[in-house]
Amino acid sequence: MREISSSTRERRKEVLLRLENFGREIYKQIEEGFFPKIIMPSRSTDNIFYDPSLRQYVLGNKRKRRSAGNIRHIRSVTQLVWMAYFVHELTLNQKTSTLRDVFYSAQAYDVPFESQDESDNIITDLESILGYAREDFNVFPEERSAVFGDLTIEYTVPNYEGRRLNLTSHPDGVMIGPALTSAEFIETSADKVIAIEKGGLFTRFIEERVHERFNAILVLLGGQAPRSTRYLIRRLNHELGLPVYIFTDADPWGMHIAMVIISGSANAAHLRDLTTPDAKWAGVWASDIVKYKLPSEKLDDIDVKRLNELARDTRYKGDPWQRELNMFMKIQRKCELEAFSRYGLTHIVDKYLPERLGELE
Amino acid sequence: MRVISQAFQEISPADFFYRNREIAGFSNPSKAVFSAIRELVENSLDATEPFGILPDIYIRLSSTSNNEVEEGFYSLIVEDNGIGIPGEHIPHAFCQFLFSSKYRLRQSRGTFGLGGTMAILYGQVTTNKPVRVVSSTGDQKIYEFLLMIDIERNRPIILGKKTYNNDEQWHGTIVEISLEGDYPRAKPKIVDYLKQTAIANPYANIMFVDPRGRLYKFERTMSTLPPQPKETLPHPHGVDVETMHRMVRATQCKTLIDFLEKHFHRVGRQTARSFLEFAGFPEDMDPKALKPEEIVRLVQAMRSFNGFLPPDASCLSPLGEEILKAGIVKELEPEFVAVTQRKPSAYSGHPFIVEVGIAYGGKVPVRDDGDITLYRFANKIPLVYDESGDVSWKVIKSIEWRRYGVEPGMPLAVIVHICSTKVPWKTVGKEMIADRPEISHEILYGIREVARKLKLYLSRKEKAKHEKARLSVFAKYLPKIAEFSTKLAGEKNVPDIKGLLRRVRRLEGD
Repeated sequence: MREISSSTRERRKEVLLRLENFGREIYKQIEEGFFPKIIMPSRSTDNIFYDPSLRQYVLGNKRKRRSAGNIRHIRSVTQLVWMAYFVHELTLNQKTSTLRDVFYSAQAYDVPFESQDESDNIITDLESILGYAREDFNVFPEERSAVFGDLTIEYTVPNYEGRRLNLTSHPDGVMIGPALTSAEFIETSADKVIAIEKGGLFTRFIEERVHERFNAILVLLGGQAPRSTRYLIRRLNHELGLPVYIFTDADPWGMHIAMVIISGSANAAHLRDLTTPDAKWAGVWASDIVKYKLPSEKLDDIDVKRLNELARDTRYKGDPWQRELNMFMKIQRKCELEAFSRYGLTHIVDKYLPERLGELE
Repeated sequence: MRVISQAFQEISPADFFYRNREIAGFSNPSKAVFSAIRELVENSLDATEPFGILPDIYIRLSSTSNNEVEEGFYSLIVEDNGIGIPGEHIPHAFCQFLFSSKYRLRQSRGTFGLGGTMAILYGQVTTNKPVRVVSSTGDQKIYEFLLMIDIERNRPIILGKKTYNNDEQWHGTIVEISLEGDYPRAKPKIVDYLKQTAIANPYANIMFVDPRGRLYKFERTMSTLPPQPKETLPHPHGVDVETMHRMVRATQCKTLIDFLEKHFHRVGRQTARSFLEFAGFPEDMDPKALKPEEIVRLVQAMRSFNGFLPPDASCLSPLGEEILKAGIVKELEPEFVAVTQRKPSAYSGHPFIVEVGIAYGGKVPVRDDGDITLYRFANKIPLVYDESGDVSWKVIKSIEWRRYGVEPGMPLAVIVHICSTKVPWKTVGKEMIADRPEISHEILYGIREVARKLKLYLSRKEKAKHEKARLSVFAKYLPKIAEFSTKLAGEKNVPDIKGLLRRVRRLEGD
């Protein structure tokens, strides 16, 4: 068992301080008789670059200026200042909200957004100004994924503050919601993280005691992983030093689920701390279809198109990516994680998992 | 070879107009009641304004039908405060065709004194009732005549004559006729006509009482009359062979050069000399010695000679920008009005002046078809029929109005007044002006000029509207920015944004 010192309380203080500073900056400009201006990094596609040393997308040096003195900007400046105020209240009072919820809340302050797209965009603006993800100021996505394994956490949310929970407490896993995201890590016996794309396999792994047999914390991704899940995986990797292995379907979409956890997405180029560059895509690979004689389907046109896109993507340099992309092209087949059931329900745990982990460790 | 004997018959001018009354605008009961009013009102205007009298015109149309069989019969009275007609001339002036005091080369509303007599003739043939005329020139006597027209002989028939003492020195004319008509159908055109007459004559008081007792009142809003036209000599470009014959017959001059200098408009000694050289006639030739074929050659040479000065416009009586504008403002109460008077020009030796106005907003009507409303005037007479055949309409349709910020369906009216010693009518009905290149050119440039001013106005208005909307955006959002940033910064007092709002306003040049 390892004792861990964690960071969520510190992080909350920092977020609040940044929001307040943002407000003070606006306030000061008005008081001095200026139309308040906001300068933030441009998120247009020509300002998004891949940084090989960070192993993620980053924004370039282009800035965009929003001035309350400009008729075309004043509305978005107002929305932005309101948004900062609103999430500051959320964070201060330790309440959470969702993107949808924020969109409706704005109407109570007579700061209307024409659509949720508009309010989502303002939240992203605020993220890039503050350098923090929206989960840090308590705006969470709708989708939820889960985690299971021997990790004791301590809640920091009101009413649960100081309470601890071991993540093996519930056989369905524990939902990765706002409370878990803001919890401190206390201790763990695990020595690795296994992330799984699909719920069926996640449950199978718990039933087959994978967490004990492989000393692993299991994370359910639920398709393309929500940012809070990506953030949790990063914390498990960075704060606890656990290696991360990602299992997805053997198709271009599965590959990319792993890639986004590892290297992030262009949409989140303004954010840090969401990627886990050392995580590994552990399968199922195209070559596994051949090696394990897995039942497979022919690639659709859209799969092939996506493979070609990925082949050109700068994040896909090197192996296993290039090797597996070539293999997909060569065999023109894909398969799902469940394909291992062709050889019995526990085949994937008994045979594939130990072999693959052995190869990668 | 067979000889065919035919009965040849001379008809009188009265008979001719009786047989061809549609050419003078009396083709059907609806058009007839309109034309009767129009002709008598124009006579009244011609009896007042040119003589420095501010017109007061009273029109009453009443139904004389007692039962349904007789439906459509009216009595029409038109009364003015004009110069009046001397008693001895009254029968001929009203009941003889082509008897007129207007046969002169200066602009007037009518020329031949035809219209008024036509109205009387029409009344007579539809009701067999006489016309009653009361008139005085302001001397001691007022004359009252009951008259009919002897159509075959073109002579007045005097049925009754009375004289009254004129102690109050009243001057003016009252004409009362009976006629068949269709007022319900004619009403819109009559009201349009009177309204437009009021636009072109803002110095006139016009009252109309219709058969249902409704009063339409167009009140005088200015007491300045337009300057009166001078009588003028014919311009060489506008003279035909017959006119030349008559002039040669009448002249006292002994040489051609004197003849040209004395009888033609804007021809001086120098011009006459170079013209005769051009035409190949000796300067000292006696005009009366010109043979008929030489007269034809002389007229043709006049047409093709480029050395004549253009006719001047002193014989014309335009409304003037001030009157036109006052008329438009009075009747349309527009939000914006611009007028222009073009420089005098000439076609075929006939001088003319085009005046154009444009009116936007206010009571300017919006047409159902979204087109621009066009008010046409010729020698101060409104033209209310046959718009689509008129040169002004053609010019309006040729303009790319969007370039001037005009959208279909806007309350926009264009007013075109053409005055000339000879208006180029397209038809004898005098409702459409023909498309002479010189005239359409002046109309086009006139409309462009006022349309540019409209464009400026519309764009300023649009800008003001835009700026107002702009200011309201700042007024809406700046307080919120101040409020939320104050809360976020943990400050107590919301900063003052009045200064910022003032700066927004100042940027607008307000």
